[in-house]
Formats: sequence, C-alpha cells, structure tokens
Amino acid sequence: MKKERSPKDRRLHPLAIRVMHWINAAAMMVMITSGWGIYNDDVIINGLHFPGYLRLGEWAAWSVNWHFAGMWFFGINGLIYLTYGVATGRLRERLLPIRPRDVVKTVVETLHFKIAHEDLTVYNAVQKLLYILVILASINQALTGLALWKPVQFSSLVSLFGGFQSVRVFHFAGMVVIVGFVIVHVLLAVLVPKTIWAMLAGGPRLEKRRSPQGASK
Amino acid sequence: MTKSPFRPDDAPDASVLDMHRTLIRTLERRGLLRAGLTLGSLVMLTGCDVKRPEAVEEALLAISNLNDRVQALLFDANKLAPTYPASMILRPPKFNAYYDVTDVKPVNGATWKLELGGLIQNKRPWTLQDLQALPQRSIVIKHICVEGWSYIGGWTGVPLRTFLERTGADLRAKYVAFQTADNYPSSIDMAAALHPQTVLALQYGGQPLADPFGFPVRLRTAVKLGYKNPKWITAIEVTNTYPGGFWESKGFPWFAGM
Repeated sequence: MKKERSPKDRRLHPLAIRVMHWINAAAMMVMITSGWGIYNDDVIINGLHFPGYLRLGEWAAWSVNWHFAGMWFFGINGLIYLTYGVATGRLRERLLPIRPRDVVKTVVETLHFKIAHEDLTVYNAVQKLLYILVILASINQALTGLALWKPVQFSSLVSLFGGFQSVRVFHFAGMVVIVGFVIVHVLLAVLVPKTIWAMLAGGPRLEKRRSPQGASK
Repeated sequence: MTKSPFRPDDAPDASVLDMHRTLIRTLERRGLLRAGLTLGSLVMLTGCDVKRPEAVEEALLAISNLNDRVQALLFDANKLAPTYPASMILRPPKFNAYYDVTDVKPVNGATWKLELGGLIQNKRPWTLQDLQALPQRSIVIKHICVEGWSYIGGWTGVPLRTFLERTGADLRAKYVAFQTADNYPSSIDMAAALHPQTVLALQYGGQPLADPFGFPVRLRTAVKLGYKNPKWITAIEVTNTYPGGFWESKGFPWFAGM
C-alpha cells in the first residue's frame, strides 16, 4: 500500500536508532533496578535503602547476576549507538550547536508553560543539554562500572576516579543523573505522545541535509 | 552483635541450581552466544517471563558462566594489585562470614593439619610449623567485598605458588579447591592461585591470625573478591573438576576476579 521510499528518504528516527533506543531503555531499567539490589548491602547514603518492589533480583546474588548480564546489552548497544551517532553525523546534527541565549530562552518559555513541540525534528537547547548530559552519565556508568568490576585489571581507571570507594560514589551519582533524566524524559514523552509514536514508527521525514554526510571532518 | 550483612535474609534453596549446574557448565560457548542473541533471551532479560522464573535464573547463570570465561581472558597474570604502606593496615581487620562473629569455632593450631588431595604428588599432611618453615611473603592489599565495602589489610604467609610447587601439584590443572573448618568450600582458578599476591596467610599485621580471621591458615588473594578467601583452611585439592563454592552454590558468580 505504501509508496516505495527512496533510500535517501530520511526519518527523524531511523530504524537503527529506534531499535537501539528500546534495547537501551530495557537495559537501563535492568541496570538501575538490579543496581539498587546490590546497593542495599552496603549503602552509600546512610538510611537510603531501595524497597523490594523496586529491586530486580530476589536477593543480592541475583541482582549481581542481572547487573552483569545487563551490562553487555547496555555497553555494546551504547557503543554501537555512539559509533553510529558519530559516523552518520546524527549526534552532531541533533545535539549541536547549543547557544547560551537559546538555553535561557527555552528556560523562560518552559517557566511560562510554553513547551513548544510542534516540530519534533528540532530539539530545543535544554533538550540538547539533557541528551548530552545523559550520554555523559552513561559513559561515566560504563567507565566506573568497569573499574568496580575489575579494580585490579583496570587499577589505573580506579585511581583516575580517586580510589575504589569514590568510584562507587561516581557510579551512584551517575545512576542518580540517569534516573532524573528518565523521569523528565518519560514525563515529557507522555505529555507529547507523538514523540513516543515517532520512536516506534520513525517520525516525520527530514529535509535533505544541507551538507553531505560526514560534515564533521 | 548485628547480623552479618553478607548473609541473605532467607537463604534460597540451592538444590535447584545444583540440579542444573552440570547442564549449565557443559553449554557450548557458541551455543551461549547464539542463545544470547535470540529475541527470546532478550525478553527474558526484561524479566517478562514471569511464569517460569527458573528459566530466567538458568539464562542468568548461563551468562554468568560466560562472564567467568571473559574474566579469565581479561586476567593478566603479571598485573599486580595496588599495595599500601603498613601504616594503612586496619586493626583488627573486618570480620565477615555467613554467620556472626560470636559463632566462630576456634581451631586448635597444635593439632591442626592441612590435608592435600587431587593432582598433588606429595600428599603428606602439613602442620602449622611446616608451613611456618616455608618462605614467607608480606602483602598489604585491599580486601573488596562483593557488597561494596573494602579495607586495607596486611597479610604474611606462604605464597600459594610456592606451596603448590613444593608439594608437586599439577600446575596445569584448572582449579585449586579449599575445604574449611567452618564448612565454607571455595575454589579459584589455577592462574589466580599462581599469582604472586595469592598467599596462604598465617599472620595479620605481623601477628599470628586471630581466631575470627581464620587461624591458623586462610587464603588471601589480591585478585579475587572477598568471598573467594576461605578461612580456617583444612584441606587443599588440585583438580580439573569444577569444585564450586559456598556462595557460588547460592547464585553468586564463581570467578569473581578483580
């Protein structure tokens, strides 16, 4: 029924991005909730425990197994995503540039409850900042995770973060940033449901790129 | 005395795991990779298959087994764990076991003997004096528990490599297994056993081990998590048959390398 699309016909979210997005969503949920199960045995913030209904894994051993299984999906998927994003220029196209006056403008507009989302293909400055923040937090999770998993083999990574216990704090802080992002991200997606549909079906078609692929040198 | 945080609130029935362990251990690496790539296993990872939780546990143990192999590949026999000055040694060390410190049953060093088994030429039992007469090595290393806590400890004892060489152990065997007076079977891979920072510790901070910390002999290795360091060792076996361990039989990963 659908008309044959030319290969150059670009969607806001190409199939590869959509697949990686949902794999990442599942992997992150596994990593966060199993991480909470591991956390409970030796808390970082006194008095902060995660209740059973939020934890993945019957007890610590299974939370550990979930965490060390999920890490492959989170890590490999994330690595492919970053490689894809850099190679196709998508990250640069979607997330850059960020101008300070645009950030101020978006914040002011948001405070006036003006959340413009008519055009899904353009991310506002705060959106761009948040996406960059969550990518950085994810890289932090991978590096600190690697350091916690193999503190002897990657001992230089451990000292880079200031010792084993401070790696744990960085790993915890990265989780807090990601959970904060997920809450805002899901809330806004629910407020503007067509964004969810776009991540499932591909979203609106994009104009031809101004510059040819790989504009970044 | 509060309950050891290392002990689960209610220990799960390990028999199910033991039942499937042979099956899991014989799974082919390629088969694991292939199985790991199916949509079905992805669904299991999301925890959606709630009707058959044992299938989820089997999948997790299969991945855990794969992780053990990856860890063995990552292990660098020449890479030393960071060491620390003696002034940083925590005194006394942190106690941990699957029971409270008040339940520790001291071992009599005068009658204690270390039995040997498996692929070892000279299986003559060892006394504490015999071990003390062997070359000793002191290491100040970090003890890291799978739970997350850590402390710096100073250990003196016989390098396990020295002991295995002296007794004529088959150094090409896969595993070195330990039996203990507190019924805490444990085992490590041969590569970790031969690492220079793996010792049969007799002393802590220059003093003989105190009772709660494994007198007369315990294992201390800088390349494994805390639960791979059995205390009150009574027997050592060198084997090619997977020996398992106390926490491993309850679901924790076996390799647990750092």
